[in-house]
Amino acid sequence: MKKVIMGNHALSYGAMISRSQVIAAYPITPQTQVVELLSEMCASKALDAKFIKVESEHSAMAASIGAALAGARTFTATSSQGLALMHELLHWASGGRLPVVMGNINRAMAPGWSIWSDQNDSLSERDTGWMQFYCASNQEVLDTVIQAFKVSEALLIPSMVVLDAFSLSHTYEVVDLPDQAKVDEYLPPFKPRFRLTPSEPHAFGGLTSPEHYFEFRYKLQKDMEKAPAMIEETGREYEKMFGRFLGLVDPRRCDDAEILLVTSGTAGYTAHVAVEEMRQAGLKVGNLRMKVFRPFPFDKVREIAGRAKKIAVVDRNISYGHHGIFFQEIKSALYGLKDAPAVFGYIAGLGGRDITPSDFGGIVRHALANDRPEDNIVWIGVKR
Amino acid sequence: MKNKKKAERITFRSEKEMPVVPMSIGSMCHNKTGAWRNMKPVINLAECIQCGICWKFCPDACILVEDEWPVIDYDYCKGCGICAEECPTKCIANVEEKR
Repeated sequence: MKKVIMGNHALSYGAMISRSQVIAAYPITPQTQVVELLSEMCASKALDAKFIKVESEHSAMAASIGAALAGARTFTATSSQGLALMHELLHWASGGRLPVVMGNINRAMAPGWSIWSDQNDSLSERDTGWMQFYCASNQEVLDTVIQAFKVSEALLIPSMVVLDAFSLSHTYEVVDLPDQAKVDEYLPPFKPRFRLTPSEPHAFGGLTSPEHYFEFRYKLQKDMEKAPAMIEETGREYEKMFGRFLGLVDPRRCDDAEILLVTSGTAGYTAHVAVEEMRQAGLKVGNLRMKVFRPFPFDKVREIAGRAKKIAVVDRNISYGHHGIFFQEIKSALYGLKDAPAVFGYIAGLGGRDITPSDFGGIVRHALANDRPEDNIVWIGVKR
Repeated sequence: MKNKKKAERITFRSEKEMPVVPMSIGSMCHNKTGAWRNMKPVINLAECIQCGICWKFCPDACILVEDEWPVIDYDYCKGCGICAEECPTKCIANVEEKR
């Protein structure tokens, strides 16, 4: 069934069609509508789930952890400062191996107070042990929620489904809602191997001495290493059943590209359009849209980006004192590769400033004009 | 009580034996926390009125009631002194632990 819905509601419908059993959330612009619709679904019994109202995002994640530990399929959503407030509990969810799925609307961190998009909120949570999927359309948001539950529950690792503020969250697009019976087949009920139950009492997350802590972290990493193959496999399975592939990356015109853009989020779709325009003008340009950031699609990046002569990484984020975060990750992935391409780093669109097709034109022209990057950051659109 | 004393420490030789989730799978009773004690509560049963207040207040469940009289389990009592503080007849003395 096709519906015209905003990105926020694509998350809500994704949680509904995945048959989430517990939703604990606290509202924050631009995420608010995600949980508003879910609370309505719970009230009208369209979704048979327990909706827990909490007093903060810290509590939202704490309640989600409790619910997941009891064996419920659990969904929550947040943004920006709310995600930052959850930070401590993000470690509890991943360390406790609880497959919570959370929508995060990318919203720039304050101050200055902002409700517009950039990626510093979610990328600040890079090392919490959560998988991170960056979406570029409302359809992809809905599909990814379903896939994220499948991958998370198989590996017992939580997932963040990330979308841009306003350019997805409040933008209406046509979204195909998959058939519930088929989704049930793709995503069977969650059956945890261990759960909080009086019939088999255990304490979870208690004091763990140096004798065993190290091994738990080793196991988390080893399972995270299984995630790239599993994301591709479940993505192909999804394509067979629903006609849409959900992979680690979304390459456009990469095969013979001499200059390769590396992008993420909605800027990645803008770059697709810009690439087609530049191709018509005879430029051998491609765009590698990074869908998954954690686990980092190391092999895919080396395979696709390693073929280009030059790479232009466009970051809607910054690691202060270093440079763009995708830029450093791409360089790290290409390290040691024979004849590795020159990698240029561009920072654009912080705090919700638009990234336009002509910005990508300027970026490609800059990379063409220089043999090697002179600086680690080329600023796009700073008024100076 | 007897099972408690027999609890063995569980250790794993490799990560493969371990559950994926950090969770308790045995008992913490092998950890004899009585060794932490600096002050030791001693009950003078001659003045004890068997009210059960010490049993109720002990935060570590170290006061057991045997044949209706309180008995302190020194294997686990950390010597916090709450029992002595709460005892209405003040028949529990907190004395220095000598080892």
